[in-house]
Amino acid sequence: MMTQDRKTLLEVRGLCATVNGIEILKGLNITVKSGEVHAIMGPNGSGKSTFAKVLAGHTAYKVTGGSVLFEGKNLFELAPEERARGGVFLAFQYPIEIPGVANSQFLRLTYNTVQAQRGKEELDPLEFDDFVRDKMKLLEMSPDFLDRSVNEGFSGGEKKRNEILQMALLEPRLAILDETDSGLDIDALRIVSQGVNQLATKDNAIVLVTHYQRLLNYIVPDFVHVMEAGRIIKTGGKELATELETRGYDWVGAEHETAARVTA
Amino acid sequence: MSAALQNLVNQPYKHGFITDIESDVAPQGLNEETIRMISAKKNEPEWLLEFRLKSYQAWLKMEEPAWPNVHYPKIDFQAISYYAAPKQKPKLKSIDEVDPELLRTFEKLGVPLHERMALAGVAVDVIFDSVSVATTYKHKLAEVGVIFCSMSEAVLEHPELVQKYLGTVVPTGDNFYAALNSAVFTDGSFCFIPKGVKCPMDLSTYFRINTEETGQFERTLIIAEEGASVSYLEGCTAPAFSTNQLHAAVVELVALDNADIKYSTVQNWYAGDDNGIGGVFNFVTKRGLAKGVNSRISWTQVETGSAITWKYPSVVLLGDNSVGEFYSVAVTNHLQQADTGTKMIHIGKNTRSTIVSKGISAGRSNNSYRGLVKIAPTAAGARNYSQCDSMLIGDQSGANTFPYIQVRNNTAKVEHEASTSKIGEDQLFYFAQRGVGAEAAVSMIINGFCKDVFQQLPMEFAVEATKLLSFKLEGSVG
Repeated sequence: MMTQDRKTLLEVRGLCATVNGIEILKGLNITVKSGEVHAIMGPNGSGKSTFAKVLAGHTAYKVTGGSVLFEGKNLFELAPEERARGGVFLAFQYPIEIPGVANSQFLRLTYNTVQAQRGKEELDPLEFDDFVRDKMKLLEMSPDFLDRSVNEGFSGGEKKRNEILQMALLEPRLAILDETDSGLDIDALRIVSQGVNQLATKDNAIVLVTHYQRLLNYIVPDFVHVMEAGRIIKTGGKELATELETRGYDWVGAEHETAARVTA
Repeated sequence: MSAALQNLVNQPYKHGFITDIESDVAPQGLNEETIRMISAKKNEPEWLLEFRLKSYQAWLKMEEPAWPNVHYPKIDFQAISYYAAPKQKPKLKSIDEVDPELLRTFEKLGVPLHERMALAGVAVDVIFDSVSVATTYKHKLAEVGVIFCSMSEAVLEHPELVQKYLGTVVPTGDNFYAALNSAVFTDGSFCFIPKGVKCPMDLSTYFRINTEETGQFERTLIIAEEGASVSYLEGCTAPAFSTNQLHAAVVELVALDNADIKYSTVQNWYAGDDNGIGGVFNFVTKRGLAKGVNSRISWTQVETGSAITWKYPSVVLLGDNSVGEFYSVAVTNHLQQADTGTKMIHIGKNTRSTIVSKGISAGRSNNSYRGLVKIAPTAAGARNYSQCDSMLIGDQSGANTFPYIQVRNNTAKVEHEASTSKIGEDQLFYFAQRGVGAEAAVSMIINGFCKDVFQQLPMEFAVEATKLLSFKLEGSVG
């Protein structure tokens, strides 16, 4: 997967961010290149989801330091919708319900908006219907998803599938999957993972934010990062995830502190 | 609220302009002399003058209603001019004879008359201030016996019909504004669909207030005889002025046995500036009498404009098995106030009514639903279903629901459902994360919220309403 001609998609340096005045991210560094799959793991409250939302541009999160380049451009100069059109995709941990809006309408609006931005052809409702049904097969979704209101009354698994369906439609350069495995039973996990794997190409990159190693049995990462207190404190290969699963997170933190003392 | 959103919210009223046509305006003030002047100008028969004077006497004894949940400075009824007519008043057979300036006004309103008529086959009775300037398609309608003309014309050419029905649904002393209207109304529309006739096209009127400080008192009367049916469309805008404009219309509908009247409104009058200065006061009485057995009256309204809206399109269900419907979307933004809803008065047996009300409040506006469902002792087997949903945008707007339910027959079944929701920051972020900006997002959410009502509108009206709502609410989320 890691070829020599891969491009740097995301370059994060010393990122600091607050929410409600509380500092959550405290100097985060990460580089993501095309064709790579990264997993960001860590205990609750370490800042994983905050990082995902900061990249997407959620207004509740305030960037207080550092820089993020996406394909060489300053990400923070772009509004959330511009980031999305530019190829940054966030699969939500808790997808939002939009009562009264049919999923088909919503999906077509997002698809056409992004297509227009990329100078590509927009689809009318009939063309889109064929197109989206095809993509839904990938995720073993029943066609009645299209007529229901966006995420309203969806089970946890249905919501997550709907997120990955949107990823399939929008073909992002950088997809951040925030706890996509949470709330999924084993079958749904398999289906969603297969969907993600089929969407991974040499030109895009996937960042998985997760608590648990089990997702990584299905989507195999090239890099595993451990996050604690708003920073990435350890990076390794896929075997690191297995180690975390058996040993927990504490040892990584302890090792990091020892290393920090030695350096000092 | 972000700066970009602020800018969108603060867009000036798109239809704010004054057309330069000379008007024949009455001096300010209201007394018997004014009423005699109006009646004389219109060559009215004696009975109508008496109707007006009787209404005026009733009005003098009445008080302005204080119960609506709206607040505004006291109106000086002596500072209003009660009559304005375009100077030229020709009888026109085709649209080509209409003053080009007038046509340009409609162009600016986005109502390309030629196109509209040709494409949609809609007969448009053009109301410009208070006098009809052109009535189109009249001849085609006449072939099937449908009368569709201005009220003034109806008074002169079909006096027996006007006299028979005028004031039978909304009596002269019904309420303060209806009494005022009955005294001073200048024009409006008259429709008569004879027995057994399905009106071959939607009938449409575009109202427009054009003279500063001229109260507008429209009077509309629609009669569907036995087995007749008609769909009537009303759409309105007004130019931007800095003084409040009073509008107190009365609309009466009469449906005889097996008749069907569908009345649709899209209202976009000037709502005032961001501080609420200068908008239209819209105090309207609309009522339908489902007089015959199996008759049906359906009101659909999309209320987006006016500084203040006070309006309760109602149905009196007199005939057995008659049906009343009310579908409403009321949008308020900035400092707009709306107190609107309906009354369903069940008198006949097995009468049925449906109420679907969607209120959307943005900015610092206040939006109230007020509805009465009344089941008389005679109304055995009556049924009502009411659904009132409110949506709040931002955190400074208000929504209220005042349902009044009076049931005097224990075989009746009345259901009422209500909900309140809010367009949240998280919903907008979700759209944004999929590439969709706030305007398009709000538009989609609102249209989803209103779809039960929009699907009741005739096709091209529904498109117009969708656009209008998007325009009204663009960026009002913060």
